[in-house]
Amino acid sequence: MNRPIRIVTVLCCLGVLSHAGVPQVGLDELERRWKNGGDTTFVVNFWATWCKPCVAELPAFDKLHRSTTGKVKVLLVSLDSPADRTTTVQTFVTRRNLSAEVCLLNEPRPHTWIDRIDPDWSGAIPCTLILNAKHNKRAFYERDFTEAELHRTVEEFLRTCK
Amino acid sequence: MNVFVRLLAALVLTMVLSSLPSSAADLPDGVKVGDVAPDFSLLNVDGKQLVLHEQTTVKGLIVVFTCNHCPYSVKYEDRINALDAKYREMGYAVVAINPNDTVAVPEDAYSKMIERARTKKFTFPYLIDATQNVAKAYGARRTPHVFVLSRQKNNFRVEYIGAIDDAAEGTIGEKFVENAIDQLIAGKAPQTTFTKAVGCTIKWKKD
Repeated sequence: MNRPIRIVTVLCCLGVLSHAGVPQVGLDELERRWKNGGDTTFVVNFWATWCKPCVAELPAFDKLHRSTTGKVKVLLVSLDSPADRTTTVQTFVTRRNLSAEVCLLNEPRPHTWIDRIDPDWSGAIPCTLILNAKHNKRAFYERDFTEAELHRTVEEFLRTCK
Repeated sequence: MNVFVRLLAALVLTMVLSSLPSSAADLPDGVKVGDVAPDFSLLNVDGKQLVLHEQTTVKGLIVVFTCNHCPYSVKYEDRINALDAKYREMGYAVVAINPNDTVAVPEDAYSKMIERARTKKFTFPYLIDATQNVAKAYGARRTPHVFVLSRQKNNFRVEYIGAIDDAAEGTIGEKFVENAIDQLIAGKAPQTTFTKAVGCTIKWKKD
């Protein structure tokens, strides 16, 4: 009787612990990562737990992460508010079993950095930035994707990087 | 045979392409600061039409594209009420417009707007843009998205486009809309005329 409970408890803890470190990152750090990414194509999705179309398309991005090799890096950048950062996002990531890398953007005053992500971005989410440093290619989408649309969009992007 | 296959392929391709959701890039740019504000006639939660060019007693309007469901809009509800409380008497009244497809978001339906206006004690009109043509004409992209207008002789002029302030939560640094209106009231042109903010996408109808 006790043993299964203990196992469940341990598993729960592991589940929580494995995502305990959803890191907070600044925009400088994010930009450094994709600028120094070489031939890796970054698929950077901006989302939040409160955003319904974002939540709806996350499985497509997670599937992309699980189905691609080292050439594509999926990064899920949460814009959840500071008050929700420590609990809501981690709980969400654990419950949805997201395996792609998740981080929290820790930047106040969005009006100062929205154009740095892309001048065409109005600030509405979801939006997705796809870029490859080696080939100096980037594409920006202020919209949501179905799994098929995302697959096709990334495939097309990769074709331009050959 | 080949022709049929090709026709079929073309048909499938057309269907796939037309089924792509609206991208911001496909939408019209809308207005810029200095432009004449597009006129509109929209249904208010009180059951009456509100017509922009009939607003002849105001100095200007604070047009806010917003909605019921978007958490960012909800975070700003009290601040929108406060803007109306502060500036209506000075001649700048709030007009809120819900641009969302109510099929995609039932929470933003007209009946729910009436409820929200009542429970949150909105002191301003809350209009429904059922065709989404007004949101497109202005170039609204997200909720909340503000357009400050000043009344001219025969129309309204766009004076400021963007966010209400620089922080949805936490310490507010700059109050963009208040600054713009204070400067207009002082007879000056607003210093900051365009800002961006994180918000919810407008839920466009899939046609």
